Parts: sequence; structure tokens; C-alpha cells
Amino acid sequence: MDRLRLISGVMLMAMVMVAAKVSAQAVAQDAPRTFTFSPGYRFTETSGEALYNATCAGCHMPDGKGAQGAGHYPALADNPAVEAAPYVIVNVLHGRKGMPPFGDAMSDDQVAAVVNYTRTHFGNRFAGDVTPSQVRSLR
Amino acid sequence: MSRTTTNAISRRQLLTLIGKNLGAAAMMQGMGALGFAATSTYAGPIRLDGAPKGTRILVLGAGMAGLVAAFELRNAGYHVQVLEYNNRAGGRAWTVRGGDRYTELGGATQYCDFADGLYLNPGPWRIPYHHQGVLDYAKRLKVPLEPFIQVNYNAYLHSTEAFGGKPQRFREVQTDYQGYIAELLSKAIHKEALDDALSVDDGHLLLESLRQWGALDRHGAYQATQRSSERRGFATAHGGGLMPKAVPSNLLPRDALLASRLWQWLSSGNEQDFQSTIFQPVGGMDRIAHALYSQVASAVVLNARVTAISQDEQGVTVRYTDTTTRTERNAHADFLVCTIPLSILSQIDIAVGPTMRAAIDAVPYETSVKIGLQFGRRFWEEDEQIYGGITYTDLPISTIGYPATGYGSTGPGVLLGAYMWGPASYEMGALPPAERIAMALSQGSQIHPQYASEYQNGFAMNWSRSPFTNGCFAAWTDALRKVHYANLCQIDGRIVLAGEHASHIPAWQEGAVLSSLDAITRLHRRIVNG
Repeated sequence: MDRLRLISGVMLMAMVMVAAKVSAQAVAQDAPRTFTFSPGYRFTETSGEALYNATCAGCHMPDGKGAQGAGHYPALADNPAVEAAPYVIVNVLHGRKGMPPFGDAMSDDQVAAVVNYTRTHFGNRFAGDVTPSQVRSLR
Repeated sequence: MSRTTTNAISRRQLLTLIGKNLGAAAMMQGMGALGFAATSTYAGPIRLDGAPKGTRILVLGAGMAGLVAAFELRNAGYHVQVLEYNNRAGGRAWTVRGGDRYTELGGATQYCDFADGLYLNPGPWRIPYHHQGVLDYAKRLKVPLEPFIQVNYNAYLHSTEAFGGKPQRFREVQTDYQGYIAELLSKAIHKEALDDALSVDDGHLLLESLRQWGALDRHGAYQATQRSSERRGFATAHGGGLMPKAVPSNLLPRDALLASRLWQWLSSGNEQDFQSTIFQPVGGMDRIAHALYSQVASAVVLNARVTAISQDEQGVTVRYTDTTTRTERNAHADFLVCTIPLSILSQIDIAVGPTMRAAIDAVPYETSVKIGLQFGRRFWEEDEQIYGGITYTDLPISTIGYPATGYGSTGPGVLLGAYMWGPASYEMGALPPAERIAMALSQGSQIHPQYASEYQNGFAMNWSRSPFTNGCFAAWTDALRKVHYANLCQIDGRIVLAGEHASHIPAWQEGAVLSSLDAITRLHRRIVNG
């Protein structure tokens, strides 16, 4: 049995149980970052970082480096395609190939926040803030 | 001649008799009862006669669709070769057991520590009775099945916002919900509020049926009585000898029950996909795929990552990487059945026309998270008398599934500690596996406090990080189907696609099986007719 995993799991469980109501917010392991479960069919996070961790990180990975298996998930880090803000917005709103669309699960503000976060992190330094109205125009 | 054939009326004679005496409607009913006019589109084992000698067919993917194709085409006399990315057959028809190792995209590796005989089905975990294609392969290949429990009246319905967060038994919620509705409707009939809709006679009939359906007393009231307790359970149960007398249980308050929204899960078992009887293979869902694989194993190349698919007048060529030696290879054949998920295939250079290409590129993939948790004992059985079935909760984990096998065994057991869709599954899936498990434990312990002392180990599957599928299943919409579905399923030159993504039953093995049978039947016809 993986004892380390068991211990850390039980410790976290104790922490979370003290924090009482789990349905809304819970504290994740090792990092003091806030972690949210969205209760319905729309994401409830508001900051670009939280939205990135809730959605993009699942496939493009927490460090934005993507992944390779039978197919791949493209890296968002050091990816010149991310410079074209409308391209990124459209992909988030409407999906691309196997990537699912997030337009119905996020507001214009949320899409703008997560696109801005992606274009200014992981070594990306792309200029030009995306605005919610820009997102709306591409829905 | 046996007694049966001489004395018994033949099936045809019986049908003729019914047809003559009772008319066509009764005949249809009779045919259904005898198994002729079932609604499934599965038409029994396919017959592919007259395969031209020496014709080679390449199959990409050794999941259910690819294995069915390989098995049937080989039986038909074709020379078949299969390329599979994983180091195992089965694809998403997959069972994780102790000793298994799985590395997801991003590099996190999980070593499954489940005890002997325990397992998690990270993909499909149940087979509806009407999925006749999958069931027929289980039958033909002698894979033993056992009942999968969907609805368990003694499992829980749980809301963090209702009844102080205390889980309620399904039987209590259902009995009270039906009782109160029946009572309200009875009152409305007595007040003649439904006279516009009902004749006097119909009103009496409806009252009678409501008394039965809602466990009402003879005055049409729903109360804590012997009658309601026979459905929802007694506060003190019947005993023997000089044991205490049975005491009826109190009802949940009507307004609180309505406000709890626990009723949202009452009808889950009414969907045809979840109606009894539902099956699971004994020992794990991969048993059917493995039985197919054992028939065609010599034709299957594992660890083959397809990188390009081309075709011309002479045949098809598939370029692939042997992932164990990192060498590039080519496979040649006359025709190709490609079952690679569209999420992967859309990234592969494939020589097909623009409409099929557009269809391959059009379909998004849904994600899902499933988590198996091993506990030191079956506390759900020992402490709570829950044998199989499902608890539903409004917590992000959404589902706790109890093993429908090994009842009453001592020692550890594995339950499904989370089955998630939608935003919560993205959020959960983006966590490292150990944190997913910790989340499932912290949430599930609100329903089963025994989690804290009994947890031993777990396995957390996030389908969007699956290296062989980049997602869970093809999330078709009606609009996408209208534009692309037929184009996806057409034969393009020497290439035909198959899999759950090329079916109207996405995410189910039956979709993969029916898609495969349809694809190879059409391909065979094309080959034979030239």
C-alpha cells in the first residue's frame, strides 16, 4: 500500500472536514491556493488563474506545456499561436477539434480573464488585453 | 422424435393462431414476448460470405469496435492485422486491478493497490438488457455475467442543504414523495377540481389507483402507518418471539421533502438504459473485450502509435511508431477499418475526402472523472445494509457506487467514490491523482463517516488525461450530427471509420459494437461487389 499517499490523503481529509461545508470550497493539498467546485453547468471561478487551473490545466497541464500520448495536447507555453488573441478566444468559446467548447459554461468576463492569463503566463508575454466585449463579439 | 416436437404447438402455429384470433396488435405483442420483434437494432451474428481470398484488412484500435471488426472479418476469411496504441487490448472497456500501473498525460503514475479480486471499471461499468450486441458477444464467447444493481432502495439520496445534510434512504424518499403526491391528487379529486378532465367513473378508478400507488389509507390520507412503513421501513422492525412489537416509521415532512430536491434522483432507474435487468461481466468490464482479444491476439500489434494513414488505388498504408523501440514502421493492406477516437484521429494525417475530414475535425470530446476507493471492510454492507446500487449526492462527487459482487465477503472492498461530469469533473480532473482521491474522501465521508478509519488506497481516472483517447467520448450535438454524421460514416475509398463516435449510442459499448458491425458489413459488400 502507498503509505505516503494514504497519510497525505487522511491529513487533507481532516483539514477539509474542519473547514465544514465542502460543497463550495475546499483547500487543496500542499498549496494554500483556493480550490472551487462549480455546482452546476457553469464555472464559478472568476480570476484568470483559478479558471486556468479549473479548465485548461486538465489537458494543457498546470505548467502550460501540453502533453503527448497517442495524440497530443498543444503547449500554451511558448506557443506563437497564442499571440493571436481572437484565435485563443474562439477556441475557448467554440472548441477546436476534440477540444470542447467552454462558451456556454463561462461568461464573457471569465473567458477574457482566462485568455489574458494564458497570454501573460508560462513565459508568454503577449501584449494587448482581451476585453469582455471582444469576447462577446466572437460568440 | 422428442415429446416436445410431437406434442407441443410450434412457434409458427402459435403465432398463426394468435394472428387469426386476436388480430395484428396481439400478434406483435406475442412476437415481442417470444423474442422476434425486439426493438434493438442488433440483428444477430453477422454473416459475411464470399470474402475474396487473400484480401487484407487493417484495423486501427483494439477497443470494442476494433476487436469486433477483427473477430468478424477474420471469421469471414479476411487476412486481418490490428494496430493498438496501448500495451493492452480493450481500450475504454478497461478494468483496473491491483498491480496495474497507469501513467496519465502529464506524467502522473498511479500504482493500483487494490486487493486480489477487487477492481474499478474506469470506463463502462454496466450493460443494459437491451444492448443485445454486447450481450451476444458475452454469450458467444462464454463470458459470465452477473446483475449490476442500479436502483437500491436502501442506498442514500443526499443533499448538503436538506435534512441537516443527513443522507436519506431511497425507500423513504420515494415512498413519502409518492404518498404525498397521491394524497394531494386524491384531495383534488374529492374537491371535484379535476371534473373537467375526469368522468365520475374515471375519478373513482384514479382514487383507487392512488391509494395503491401512494400507500394511502382508505380515506385517501398518507400517514405513518403499517401500510407506509411496509414500503419505507419500520422504526422498529418486525421480530420473533418476545422481541418488541413493530413500530411504524415517521414520515419526512412534506414541505421539507419537496424543498430538498432529493426527488431529482428518484426516476434514474426509469430510463431504459438503467432499467432492470442490467449486467456486468463477472470479474470486470474488460472480460468481454479480452474474450474477443483472445480470439484474434495473434493478429494484434500492441504499442503501435499511428502517425499517418494514406490510400491509393493499390491499397492503404499506415505509418506507425513502435513505442517500445521508437522505430518507424509501415503496415499495408487492401482496406482499413479505423476505430481511433476522433480526438486522436483529428491530429493524424489521413487521406480522406474533405467531408469526412471535416467530420473527423468537428466533434468535441467530453471528459469525466471516476475514482475507485478501497476500504478495509465493506462497511456499507455491514453497517448500513447497502448491497450494490448507487447513492446520489449534490456533492461534486455526485455518485457513490457500491460493488454489485462479492456481497458479504470479509476483508477489503472497492467502491466507486466519484463519478463526475461537467465543470466539477474538469476541476477535479485538473488536480493531481492523490488530491482527487483526497477530495473524494472528504466529500464521501459526509455520507459515510467510516471513510476516515477504513480508507486504504485508491485510483483516480480523469478521462481528459487519458493518453489513448484525449477525452471520454464523442460529445455530438444534434446540430453537429446533422452536418457531419453521415459523412463520418461513409466509406471513403478504402477506409471506413467505426467506434462509439460513429454511432447514435455514444459512450456505450453497444454503440461501438453496432457501429463496427455496420461498418464491416458495408465494407464487405463494397469489397465483394467491387
